[in-house]
Amino acid sequence: MTTLASPRAADTRPARTHRRPRRRTAAPYVFLAPALTLFALFLALPIGYALYLSFRTVEVKGLGLGAGARTEVWAGFDNYTRALDDPEFLASVGRVGLYGLLLVPTMLGLALLFALLLDARRTRAKGFSRVSIFLPYAVPAVIASLLWGFLYLPRVSPFYFLFDKVGWDAPQILSSQLVVFAIANIGLWGGVGFNMIVIYTALKAIPSELYEAARLDGASELVVALRIKVPIVLPSLVLTFLFSMIATLQVFAEPMTLRPLTNTISTTWSPLMKVYRDAFTRDDIYSAAATSVVIALATFALSYLFLRVVQDGRAFSQESR
Amino acid sequence: MRLHTGIRVAAVVAATALLATACSGTDDGGSGDGGGDGGKVELTFWTWAPGMEEAAAVWNEANPDIQVTVNKQDGGDPAVTKLLTAIKAGSGAPDLFQTEYQKIPTLVSSDALADIADVLPEGTAERFADGTWQSVTLGSDAVYGVPQDSGPMEFYYREDIFQQYGLAVPTTWEQYAQVAEQLHAADPTKYLGTFSANDAGWFTGLTQQAGASWWGIDGDAWTVDIEDAPVQKVAEYWGGLVEKGVIDNKPMYTPEWNAALNDGTQVGWISAIWAPGVLEGNAPDTAGTWKMAPMPQWEEGDAATGNWGGSATSVTSQSTHKEEAAKFIAWLNASQEGVNLLVSEGGLYPADIPSQAEALSAPPAFFSNQPDFYTIASEIAGSVQPFTYGPNVNVAYSAYNDEFGKATEAKSAAAFLDAVTAMQTATVEDLESSGFTVKE
Repeated sequence: MTTLASPRAADTRPARTHRRPRRRTAAPYVFLAPALTLFALFLALPIGYALYLSFRTVEVKGLGLGAGARTEVWAGFDNYTRALDDPEFLASVGRVGLYGLLLVPTMLGLALLFALLLDARRTRAKGFSRVSIFLPYAVPAVIASLLWGFLYLPRVSPFYFLFDKVGWDAPQILSSQLVVFAIANIGLWGGVGFNMIVIYTALKAIPSELYEAARLDGASELVVALRIKVPIVLPSLVLTFLFSMIATLQVFAEPMTLRPLTNTISTTWSPLMKVYRDAFTRDDIYSAAATSVVIALATFALSYLFLRVVQDGRAFSQESR
Repeated sequence: MRLHTGIRVAAVVAATALLATACSGTDDGGSGDGGGDGGKVELTFWTWAPGMEEAAAVWNEANPDIQVTVNKQDGGDPAVTKLLTAIKAGSGAPDLFQTEYQKIPTLVSSDALADIADVLPEGTAERFADGTWQSVTLGSDAVYGVPQDSGPMEFYYREDIFQQYGLAVPTTWEQYAQVAEQLHAADPTKYLGTFSANDAGWFTGLTQQAGASWWGIDGDAWTVDIEDAPVQKVAEYWGGLVEKGVIDNKPMYTPEWNAALNDGTQVGWISAIWAPGVLEGNAPDTAGTWKMAPMPQWEEGDAATGNWGGSATSVTSQSTHKEEAAKFIAWLNASQEGVNLLVSEGGLYPADIPSQAEALSAPPAFFSNQPDFYTIASEIAGSVQPFTYGPNVNVAYSAYNDEFGKATEAKSAAAFLDAVTAMQTATVEDLESSGFTVKE
């Protein structure tokens, strides 16, 4: 790999670019301008403003009634230290950690299994199966959560009705011990289809000569799957793992939608719910901004670390293999 | 898996704020329009109450000099956020604004509402129950709005099921507990009510009846009295009922709760005057089987109740026509003609007491079996206890959701008391960290 890279590192190209007329070098920037303007206006500027807000706070005098009682002042790192000290925030991080431990391996395991089954030679009705596994992904998370919410509530759920008819004691899925499973279950069905498609697409790209060779050597379908297919789609697995990890840190719609149905989901169940509560329920956009900066940094750091661990970002550098 | 980064949430917040600032130059609020030309005044009115366009049309017909334009809003919280943004931006706020009672201190402390004590017609205050009027004065000499509708709390029960099990309608909380126990013993699937950890306003009303006022003003300082004896009494009482299992612990307004109301599993509901509409929507099969009675009392013979819901109409601090605006809201909320429109067009329960008898002559359709519905209701409405909301109701209410959520799940009276303490702590800490003066 180093021999391949070295000619590019030592720039041996003649300095022809310098002779190009200036008019032509401006062209790319003209084409980029709309995108860059939009990026600056609707992403960079708001992020900058959020950063600014995270260092501000409101100070009130006395009763706080009447004109001029509220002033915005610099807060330094107060919002940050409070966010990191907040037991509710730490608890929400813990809950999401548990949620991720439940969700990510199950989801990726199922996605890989479904992808391998769809790719197997003897599978019938592939198109139908693929669509039905993928379909839950097309359902918005809020609607999926509402549908599951109905299924979770004993008095209106057909599941509890059936369990009752058979005479079994169904567990209360929305009780405080099990509620994390209830939420992970919604995320699971929403995510399996998408991840399956990513892995399945990678499987489709494997040249069939590999299989022929394996079969000539007497490999069974299972051995082909485990020894050939899985190692080859590993970069896709890395990629889907990364996406799932980021999505886990940002779980919001599912617990938010289920919350009114039960006593067991607090308004700060997940880190983003805490941001939402601070900003819109408690009217404290300053600490909400600080918390979201912390979450964004943590997401970035975790993704970076993960990619470092799995061979220097192998998922994104397939072209150099 | 959908990707929505934390940054993006912050970005939306920030972008909204930026856009609001950017738009503020155009002044679409209309607060400054038409001041000098021939005395004609244009007022804008942000509200989400039904029937307000019709009421404004009647006013506009009779008052060519003061024209009111109704601008429909998206409900309480979004409207407040929108108004606060306009106030912060310096322009863009309407002249008139519908404010829920519990939001008034927050809005006053953000300098969003004007004091209209000087420009209100004489005798306006006398038309309202003391408890309701205090909500718009915060116990001071200032007046931050005219009450529009109110939500005095009552007890609703299934008359047919009460007869079936030979239950007496409880007049005290002690009796309520007995009836709850009797009913649950007779049929373990049935409950006389539920303790809902999702409805902070409901719990506030219950403690208001017991004599609590969660906030207070002491000179130049706020007091927070969420941990006071009446609140503890109410929390311990309901905690005890949940602990015994004689009432339910599930939240209200869930599909499950609706089903329970409709199929007779929830036999009673401690609710407010607007309950008929909710019952009609959520439990249509039970028409004609419900009755309304005064709330059970803490002492036999008392007559006290709390408030759950209701709004006032306020004039904003950005309005340049405070006098005309005050004239309109006094007509709308405190005159026979205005109140008749509130009832006929908006279906509201008016806060104005002298106009109620004429405006509310027939019972709600869902309670046609109770012809004296509004006669009883107006007696109850006069017994709403005084209550002061503080500048951080939102913080106390979100603490209620979390702390009582845990307590109702733990099903113990002790946990209910812990929840009250936790609410007090959270509320005081928030006031102090924002810099309010708080008296312990």
